[in-house]
Amino acid sequence: MKHVKTLNTQTMNNSLKKGGCGECQTSCQSACKTSCTVGNQTCEQKK
Amino acid sequence: MPWEESQRTDLADVFLKIISMMYLQKRYGKGYRTLVHQYQSNGYNIVMDVVSGAVHVVDQLCYDVIAGICKLKEDHSLGKTADWTQSDSAALWQGESEIPTEVLEDPHTLAKLIRELDGRYDEDEIKDALSDVTELTEAGQLFVRDTYESMIDEVKRRKTVVKALCLHIAHDCNLACKYCFAEEGEYHGRRALMSYETGKKALDFLIAGSGSRRNLEVDFFGGEPLMNWQVVKDLVAYGRSQEKLHDKHFRFTLTTNGVLLNDEVQEFVNREMDNVVLSLDGRKEVNDRMRPFRSGKGSYDLIVPKFQKLAESRNQEKYYIRGTFTRENLDFSEDILHFADLGFKQMSIEPVVGEESDPYAIRREDLPVIMEEYDRLARIMIEREKEGKGFNFFHFMIDLDGGPCVAKRLSGCGSGTEYLAVTPWGDLYPCHQFVGQEEFLMGNVEEGIKKPEIADDFRSCNVYSKEKCRDCFAKFYCSGGCMANAWNFHGTIHDTYDIGCEMQRKRVECAIMIKAALAEA
Repeated sequence: MKHVKTLNTQTMNNSLKKGGCGECQTSCQSACKTSCTVGNQTCEQKK
Repeated sequence: MPWEESQRTDLADVFLKIISMMYLQKRYGKGYRTLVHQYQSNGYNIVMDVVSGAVHVVDQLCYDVIAGICKLKEDHSLGKTADWTQSDSAALWQGESEIPTEVLEDPHTLAKLIRELDGRYDEDEIKDALSDVTELTEAGQLFVRDTYESMIDEVKRRKTVVKALCLHIAHDCNLACKYCFAEEGEYHGRRALMSYETGKKALDFLIAGSGSRRNLEVDFFGGEPLMNWQVVKDLVAYGRSQEKLHDKHFRFTLTTNGVLLNDEVQEFVNREMDNVVLSLDGRKEVNDRMRPFRSGKGSYDLIVPKFQKLAESRNQEKYYIRGTFTRENLDFSEDILHFADLGFKQMSIEPVVGEESDPYAIRREDLPVIMEEYDRLARIMIEREKEGKGFNFFHFMIDLDGGPCVAKRLSGCGSGTEYLAVTPWGDLYPCHQFVGQEEFLMGNVEEGIKKPEIADDFRSCNVYSKEKCRDCFAKFYCSGGCMANAWNFHGTIHDTYDIGCEMQRKRVECAIMIKAALAEA
């Protein structure tokens, strides 16, 4: 494409197929204790 | 009676319209929304397709064309279509926000866009950009319809297991930080240390309640957990002894102010702890103003060398130096850069959460300065990365390819369901920030959950249950935000902390801009 550079190769909705395994870290156990930062957690299946 | 030619055309139009609508409804369903967010930052034109999570960096032409399409969509949803002819592709824009590729490829859309963009671009240019937009749409990377909402009942009904505990190993502290939500460790209650027996019961409760979940997390928190260090060590030993028996793996973490950190603690932490959160606010004068000892003396000089040594001993990984900024250091990017100058590589600084009446609390009028600080920090981080002197800022971390799955994003932080806090005497609360608020007392480690209705309430809280989240582009990054903050500011967990939301949106924008800049480098 001439006008667009897409930054990600995978889209979030692809993860619907697998469903959540729940093995990932709980947000507040990392480095936030007073806000919510789900989006920067890492998927356990992709480590 | 034979139809007039004009009547036949009108009827054919209507017929075609109905057929098209039926086709589109079948293909796309009805009533699902799309959500696109565009912004310009540091010279980059960024387009986020919120539902798919796809992120595009586009040129000015394409940026304007996408904005034009969104404007047409908005006009249509608001009924501002007086000048649209019946045969216009507008007829196909059923629902409030549907943009199928048929609409993008329709000549009427092109004509409208040319008008919408005020002759800034010629027809061929717009056609060319539209071709890229159509390609993205067909690939499911733009104007993706939000079908997640239909899954939300399933999310609410899901059976949850406890997988993480925040153990309040000590309701006591050797510092007297002015903004502490734990009130110098006492949490609206009395000073207390958790006994080994209570901690052991907490770990047993976690193992028993975790179902088939293998990875279990335990954060040793306080107050200051090093004030009850022997119990921490004994509980780690107990947890490890249970791993094979129950096919579990414990991930222990420690959150400490560092006052009692020594070589023995460091050696144990490096052997046993997956992550360590080290509390420090930044520059000496900033840290010492808010994080003094009870005597009033600052803590910086004692703590910083210990933290530097610990971070090095962990190869600058699996730790965070974590600070809090207040309205007394709105130039907090200087504190993050100070961390970097001290040699730290993993850092986090969060806005203080306090009563509006607190002199240090963040106010709405502080937001422009804070936004500029985040922008400045993002620009400097790009420079440092390119110079080979990069560092991680937790709140700008975003993994566009390997981030959390949709199920995780819909279910939020897990407080009250998957994540619970345990007091020194074994009481259970939805998270560390609710400890001491009796209406949130859920049960205890001996008897388990006594008030499942509290867990149900937390389980039902998500981005679709909060009106403010509905059109927010950051909703799948914060998952509805911190419920404790919502409670503190609105008296309900089913709301959002508005100032916090604005800062969260800014951090997401900065994080993505950094990705764009580094992808180019």
